[in-house]
Amino acid sequence: MYRYTEQDQTLVAERIDEFRDQVARRIDGRLTEEQFKPLRLMNGVYLQLHAYMLRVAIPYGTLNSEQLKVLGGISRKYDRGYGHFTTRQNLQYNWPSLTDIPDILEELAAVEMHAIQTSGNCIRNTTADPFAGASADELEDGRPWAEIIRQWSTLHPEFTFLPRKFKIAVNGASADRAGIRVHDIGLQIVRNEAGETGFEVHVGGGQGRTPIIAKKIKSFLAPRDLLSYLTAILRVYNQHGRRDNLYKARIKILVQSLGADAFGAEVDEEWQTIREGELALPDAEIERIRAFFSTPSVEHPSPLPEAGGASFQAWLTQNRRAHKVDGLSSVVISLKPIGGTPGDATAEQMDIVALLTRQFGFDEVRVSPDQNLILPHVRNEDLHAVWKALVDAKLATANAGLATDIVACPGLDYCNLANARAIPVAQAISEHLETEGLSAAAGDVTIKISGCINACGHHHVAAIGVLGVDKRGEEFYQITLGGAFGVDAAVGQIVGKGLAGEDVPAAIGRVLQTYVEIRDDNERFIETLRRVGVSHFKESIYA
Amino acid sequence: MKAITANRLTDGRVIYRTLEGQWSVDITHAQHMNDNEAEAILPLAETEYAVAVGPYLIDIEADGPGGQKWRREGIRLGGPSTGSTRVLAVAQEIGAA
Repeated sequence: MYRYTEQDQTLVAERIDEFRDQVARRIDGRLTEEQFKPLRLMNGVYLQLHAYMLRVAIPYGTLNSEQLKVLGGISRKYDRGYGHFTTRQNLQYNWPSLTDIPDILEELAAVEMHAIQTSGNCIRNTTADPFAGASADELEDGRPWAEIIRQWSTLHPEFTFLPRKFKIAVNGASADRAGIRVHDIGLQIVRNEAGETGFEVHVGGGQGRTPIIAKKIKSFLAPRDLLSYLTAILRVYNQHGRRDNLYKARIKILVQSLGADAFGAEVDEEWQTIREGELALPDAEIERIRAFFSTPSVEHPSPLPEAGGASFQAWLTQNRRAHKVDGLSSVVISLKPIGGTPGDATAEQMDIVALLTRQFGFDEVRVSPDQNLILPHVRNEDLHAVWKALVDAKLATANAGLATDIVACPGLDYCNLANARAIPVAQAISEHLETEGLSAAAGDVTIKISGCINACGHHHVAAIGVLGVDKRGEEFYQITLGGAFGVDAAVGQIVGKGLAGEDVPAAIGRVLQTYVEIRDDNERFIETLRRVGVSHFKESIYA
Repeated sequence: MKAITANRLTDGRVIYRTLEGQWSVDITHAQHMNDNEAEAILPLAETEYAVAVGPYLIDIEADGPGGQKWRREGIRLGGPSTGSTRVLAVAQEIGAA
């Protein structure tokens, strides 16, 4: 994985010194909150319902064992012994004191981490396929490109005050596990007729109040042109984005109002003026960055273990993923224990996963947009030892990709923007589906919950989405069906009026029961839903 | 009745403004005011930015948060309604093992 240069280290260190001074001036009253707020947000510090929240950037969701151990240690030393992994592959601490945050940032910097650009109207953490460099269906590892984008976009003076936040995702596999079609810019690595790899460029996707699937504006972009083309997109957006209206300020609204063709034409016009300039990526620089992202090799590949007991085999079936290298597997470490808080991990659990990462994982662990951890590279002969350690750490729930692998934002239990709680609803759904045997019976189903229309829980792109709303002090939950995150990205349809929170688990249970009864052989939930239509399930929800 | 709440500058904890013009984490120490008193005192609380961040008025009913925002203010007062409790129980189990 990428390692900081002296320049990177200096940049981060200087930023911490600057923020330490800003915090001191806020505490002694030289700065008002109005003056301080934009400064703290630039360093990932929010003020939530009960406390400050610090969002730590995890570039393209990739960590080494030392970094994960430090993340756990910080949660133990400065927080309440746990952290929350997010849908954007970052980590949030829910309880840090403002006065401790400069010290936390020092500890992060010691392992090449920071919280820069995890908030504000700038280019946020570039996300990627959490199985990048490992998955069997991959054309090319997207992470070197995400790293190049990270370096280009960090403290970029022209793009620090955009009309709104800006999110870029990179995917190099045939399946889209990065959600490129619901990002401001989505980059899909493709091969052209000449056999060269480059990027298909999608623009103007997003969730939130106005969910929109991105439009493709370029079918093939040569790698050398990546930064000049991104710059051209950002310039058109910076120029024409709706700064006058917060709700219309994202690039998706601009692309929608201009039309994708007209938007693409403006980008092309700008691009031609800068294409041959300093932003053209030299081959040597591409190769330098690529060299940080190697895939391990195995000299004597072992087959998958056939013994180990029924629980181990069930975990292998559900949580193991095929690897591009013979003798290796990827494994999903579910952060969705039945009835647990989606995405939370304790300091002890982070310590144990860090140990497994070092001992069995070629020193790499990933954070997924599904709020799980992933060991991308594990030798097949080590799978049983990994599973045993995960069992001891209460991290061996065999539900990756199942209905109990629920995504949920922090909701009204933590978030200042939320209208309704998300975590308790996720916990109740998880317990209900497990008790009824529907998680295993229904197979591959995505359930995602957001506590407000900002959609941090990605409910729009779940097969079953749940949106919490507030009606005169009471929580209600709107159910959507038919959303998808990947290549077949789609926005779910609202089924009808909202339900009380206590009615949601049974309603979803009935939807899944209906699916189990009417599905054709091997038909996934989303496929049945598309075949029979959303209305077919309406009765199940409101029974 | 109304009370004034905010977040404490140093650590973000939920605080309430008292009759003495101090700030307390204990809602039972909050000054209860009628609407006119509350509107008059809030601007004063807003000048106390070296202690309290973002003061605003909340409804008080039966000595606790009331009105349409009762749930939000109740969660601010009592902490997450579920949040980390189960994951912390797991931590204790692992720690004890």
